[in-house]
Amino acid sequence: MINETVIKTENLTKRFGDFVAVDAITFEVYKGEIFGFLGANGAGKTTAMRMLSGLSKPTSGSATVAGIDVFKKPELIKKNIGYMSQRFSLYEDLTVMENIRFYGGIYGLTDKQIKEKSEEVIDQLQMKNEMKKLVHDIPLGWKQKLALSVAIIHEPKVVFLDEPTGGVDPATRKQFWDMIYHTVDKGITVFVTTHYLDEAEYCNRISIMVDGRIDALGTPRELKERFSTTSMDDVFYKLARGAKRSDN
Amino acid sequence: MNSIILENISKTYNKDATLAVDDISFSVNEGELFGLIGPDGAGKTSLFRILTTLLLPDKGRAEVCGFDVVKDYKSVRGIVGYMPGKFSLYQDLTVEENLNFFATVFGTTVEKNYDLIREIYVQIEPFKNRRAGKLSGGMKQKLALCCALIHKPKVLFLDEPTTGVDAVSRREFWEMLKRLQEQKITILVSTAYMDEATLCDRIGLIQGGKMLSNDTPENTLNAYPEKLYAIKSNNVHKLLNDLRTYENTLQCYASGEFLHLSFKDENLNSQNEVVNFLKEKGNDEIEIKVSKPTIEDCFIRLIS
Repeated sequence: MINETVIKTENLTKRFGDFVAVDAITFEVYKGEIFGFLGANGAGKTTAMRMLSGLSKPTSGSATVAGIDVFKKPELIKKNIGYMSQRFSLYEDLTVMENIRFYGGIYGLTDKQIKEKSEEVIDQLQMKNEMKKLVHDIPLGWKQKLALSVAIIHEPKVVFLDEPTGGVDPATRKQFWDMIYHTVDKGITVFVTTHYLDEAEYCNRISIMVDGRIDALGTPRELKERFSTTSMDDVFYKLARGAKRSDN
Repeated sequence: MNSIILENISKTYNKDATLAVDDISFSVNEGELFGLIGPDGAGKTSLFRILTTLLLPDKGRAEVCGFDVVKDYKSVRGIVGYMPGKFSLYQDLTVEENLNFFATVFGTTVEKNYDLIREIYVQIEPFKNRRAGKLSGGMKQKLALCCALIHKPKVLFLDEPTTGVDAVSRREFWEMLKRLQEQKITILVSTAYMDEATLCDRIGLIQGGKMLSNDTPENTLNAYPEKLYAIKSNNVHKLLNDLRTYENTLQCYASGEFLHLSFKDENLNSQNEVVNFLKEKGNDEIEIKVSKPTIEDCFIRLIS
């Protein structure tokens, strides 16, 4: 099977003055993959993600996401991706239903599509009794699941998840990963960052960023073999401990 | 001797509509590193605020170093250090000004207790003239810890100090806590990271305002009631879906590279039977072995 490339970067670089936040990273992500994007605080993950989602203009190098050049058509990128971050995704003072409709509208769905999608999401999340509640009043675990649902409401080719599972209990965290698997089953590629290294094991492939570079990339098994260890914690620690910069 | 004692503490919000802390009792020994382990909304922060005299409990009583947190609140305030989960230093004061401010408020000087913070402070000293609001997350965390320590408290309260912090920095932070413990400081720390639990002397697992278990990490692990298996195949996602339909499955969920699995009816044939079932369903390269539970397994078991 020939893998269809969904994200492709070549020497993608971002400088802020003298500071090289992202230093010539080159990698590919394939359709239907769960790709884990790991790195210490300050390694450059967020900057790289912002470039890939059309929010930040690269200094040099090239990148295409869903076949679209991030240099030339950043606005088109935004229509073809989903983005979820634990912090900014939903409007707390809108209801569950209003949030779904709002995002459907933003992504240009028709009224009919919005109606169908709303029912589908409410049904899938089993939130019928909560759909008129303010997002502010529902538990964090439900917010996270709802945030993922609205991030993919327009059925993008790829969804970026920025630390999606912080702060919830382990059972809820596992349920969220079930949802990630369902997302992939729909043909949506998942690009995810996390500080939970056990979650790195659930990814098909992972990359680890150190000081703006990608220092390791492979399947969890390959990386553990390469660093002669059985734990992803050790792989991460061996790589990231040599980092010159942190978010300090 | 106990540094912290809680007896039947309860706290509600929104005119009794939200029960944040539900009849919690436990104690922390002098010099102990006690971890409150639980997700957001478990009641950890409410407990911290009650113990640091910032919030009145509805019911129950608590004391810190022999002082009642309600009646003797002024005495409590002098002997505790508190690092809230939300950054709460003065954003428009510099690093150095914040530290001097907190030392002065507690009637001491930075010089007097510098030994206690030296190791942490040297890492942020190059930025001592920078305003606190302009610091990065990791530096804010270090400054907040310095400010919580500068009056040499007897008891240190750390509310989710490692949330959002990467694995390397988390490890370093815990090494720092161990060294503070050697200075005879009692530490109550909360975290949502289950893997940090094993670094504590004792842990309380907390969810929905209730204490589910309170013991050493070792005893907590030994109390896991079922035999636990680790299982994988060449398609773990399919494996998980199939195991969820298997009639003898008690619990099954992803845990790192493997799935963790327990049976409703555990007997000599359970292992063979499940493997046969999975083969019939078309799973290949099945690997199954008995596994030791982690704190995460214990937590999931307790809340299910």
